[in-house]
Amino acid sequence: MKRSMLLALAALATVSAPGSAQDVAVRGKIVHTMAGAPIQGGVVVVQGGKITAVGAAVDVVIPDGMRTLDAAVVTPGLIDAHSVVGLAGWLNADHDSDESDTSAPIQPELRAIDAYNPREPLVEYLRGYGVTTLHTGHAPTSVVSGQTMIVKTRGDTVAEAVIVPFAMVAATLGEDAVRDDEVPGTRAKAVALLRGELLRARGYMNKKEAGGDQAPDPDLRLDALERVLRGEVPLLVTAQRTIDILTALRVAEEFGFRVVLDGAAEVYDVLEPVQAAGVPILLHPTMARASGERENLSMETAAKLDAEGVLFALQGGYEAYVPKTRVVLFEAALAASYGLPFERALASISIDAARILGIDDRVGSLEVGKDGDLALYDADPFEYTSHCIGVVIEGEVVSETAR
Amino acid sequence: MLHAALLILSLAAPPSTQDAVAPAEERQRETVAFVGARLVPIAGPEIESGVLVVQDGVISNLGAVDSTPIPASAIVRDVTGMVILPGLVDTHSHVGGGWAADSSAPIQPEVRLLDSVNVRDAGFQRAQAGGITTANVMPGSGHLMSGQTVYLKLRDGGVVDELVIRLDDGRIAGGMKMANGTNSRREPPFPGTRGKSAALVRTRFVEAQAYQRKLAEAEAGKEPDRDLALEALVEVLERKRIVHHHTHRHDDILTVLRLAEEFGFEVVLHHVSDAWKVADEIAAAGVGSSIIVIDSPGGKLEARDVTFENGAALERVGAPVAFHTDDWITDSRLFLRSAALAVRAGMSRAKALEGLTLAPAKMLGLGDRIGSLEVGKDADFVLLDGDPLSTYTKVRETWVEGLRVFDRSDERDRLWAVGGRGAGREGNDPCCCIGEKQ
Repeated sequence: MKRSMLLALAALATVSAPGSAQDVAVRGKIVHTMAGAPIQGGVVVVQGGKITAVGAAVDVVIPDGMRTLDAAVVTPGLIDAHSVVGLAGWLNADHDSDESDTSAPIQPELRAIDAYNPREPLVEYLRGYGVTTLHTGHAPTSVVSGQTMIVKTRGDTVAEAVIVPFAMVAATLGEDAVRDDEVPGTRAKAVALLRGELLRARGYMNKKEAGGDQAPDPDLRLDALERVLRGEVPLLVTAQRTIDILTALRVAEEFGFRVVLDGAAEVYDVLEPVQAAGVPILLHPTMARASGERENLSMETAAKLDAEGVLFALQGGYEAYVPKTRVVLFEAALAASYGLPFERALASISIDAARILGIDDRVGSLEVGKDGDLALYDADPFEYTSHCIGVVIEGEVVSETAR
Repeated sequence: MLHAALLILSLAAPPSTQDAVAPAEERQRETVAFVGARLVPIAGPEIESGVLVVQDGVISNLGAVDSTPIPASAIVRDVTGMVILPGLVDTHSHVGGGWAADSSAPIQPEVRLLDSVNVRDAGFQRAQAGGITTANVMPGSGHLMSGQTVYLKLRDGGVVDELVIRLDDGRIAGGMKMANGTNSRREPPFPGTRGKSAALVRTRFVEAQAYQRKLAEAEAGKEPDRDLALEALVEVLERKRIVHHHTHRHDDILTVLRLAEEFGFEVVLHHVSDAWKVADEIAAAGVGSSIIVIDSPGGKLEARDVTFENGAALERVGAPVAFHTDDWITDSRLFLRSAALAVRAGMSRAKALEGLTLAPAKMLGLGDRIGSLEVGKDADFVLLDGDPLSTYTKVRETWVEGLRVFDRSDERDRLWAVGGRGAGREGNDPCCCIGEKQ
């Protein structure tokens, strides 16, 4: 119901009166559009939830009576390129931990939309720091743990929050997917299971195409993997060690599907094959704990990936304990401190994240026609002591508390 | 053997600077003057362009460039553009992976972390890279009392004895770790409720009071048999061993204050997630808080309301505030960040910097030796390449008692500071050269 109303409003965008809940203008001393050079003294106008004008204050007319916000620095609404928030909650208790079912090693049929709690306090917490889009879903704890989805950090129901209900299938290689006294108990066994399941999915797909007598009974698990094999959704492969990163490339080549590499703590040692495969990376949080499989992570990897021209984004990531989520604004700040140029660091939590997630037609930069998602700051957003002073999602001011 | 070989190799290399190759014992005797940096003494106003003179492991002089003499014998280091802070003091760390109490009982005051900590763990190098020069290394919070903590100077050393701090009476400096709330609630013999938790603690302290009386009243030669647990508790009762008390929820915080008042022990509150709710009570008790700054709230029910604003809330009522890493909960390399985020949430810059240095030093009972740049104090300090509260600032060097223990321009040290292949490995393995790294 609400959704159709929103759609109706969007359709009326051009005629909506100034003062509607989805109309706002934002003035910034610096506006980082992420589509061209930053604008000194810039203005962004949002009408009916969509950006209708972006430019220097002298060139853009703010419609009479339109609510106008001011900030030192304006950026696109931030994108957390990989999270478990909404499935995993802040209390870390049974009742708010739905990011990981380990009853079977391969469960691509688990949908994120069936487990996402849009009223989870961490959603609002992240939004307060400028995060407007969240790629979230099942945690990297099994060979295939389930599906991921993309939401806006607003809405009281999953239908109001979701923008991509099925974004990727989450797979994990390495120790996190392997357990003593369980199957799989070794890396090689995990990969054998994965390949076996992909083979079954290929057979299922072929039979479906053949149709008639061949048509198989519907199978939720194989349906999900079929979408991977068809290239409709990528396989999100969490892999930290070089051996697991290379395994991901090997299996992807064998089956010809799209891979998005996740975590990738040791990717700096295997950049050549990763680049050759053209695989984008959702890099571990800069401040991720350097222990276990990530013991060799480097806070300079983001800078290195950028220098080598690898497409990557930063993420809030998954923590089994605390913090229950990291804040991508802080992760990008540290990456900037450790050698990543400012605009590139900002790109890693906006337009580049949008590109990897396949939603750059809609979010990630401040351009006419895109969603009116903005974050406002009182100074350099990456400085520890600066504040996020405003957040706008599709023209609606969703936060004005300085944080 | 290996060390000797490396030492010869390092002596054979051409010295790049005068202080580059001297053996540790000689270097300790060298006098070094750091000239031109902004000094942040904590104990006094900042000095825009200062001189810091270090001799025999202590600070022998400091002041403005134009009014501070530099001894003729001093090696002069031009550090113009840098900022010098006292060495950071971490009141709560788990570097070295030590465990004290086991699962046999909820109260084990006789167990010492000293006997468990691995000082070769890479965590120690990372802490040095973060500018930490003194750390209270603690056992965990799964017990009402999990054992004796140990205050370590982050000197370069392969054995814990080289890192301990000796008090005037010869004892090794350390505190006592306690906890309440949900972490220490478990199956019997552990308590099942908060009321039981407090009752178990009170019972044990009453026993310690009786033991203390017997000790005091006994004629020479007729003292009661030694009891390691009660001896440690008597140290607590006599305020010779500070209690470092893990506590989150507002009512648990007040329980700590109540027990401290009843038994008269000195206590520092740790984590203190709900500090903002009971700041007045904490201030009235005159008790210090060592707070954690964590990137998002929760992780468990009792830490649901933790906020960046705790530092400001305690400062407002005049209660002492220190920060801690709780390493590995937060990263020792980024300890400055904790203070900066507290400033983001309203704490003053001065109190936040004090919360990394002098305030925690006092909470360890070491305020007369460390925590500020003052003549006669240990020469523990950090060279930064920018403002201490800026994201973009890096620790360039860390010095402990007049010796450099971290140098970002050193390739191996840089690996620990930044990460990369091999950064997780023990710092003191024989392939490396930690003892000779200057």
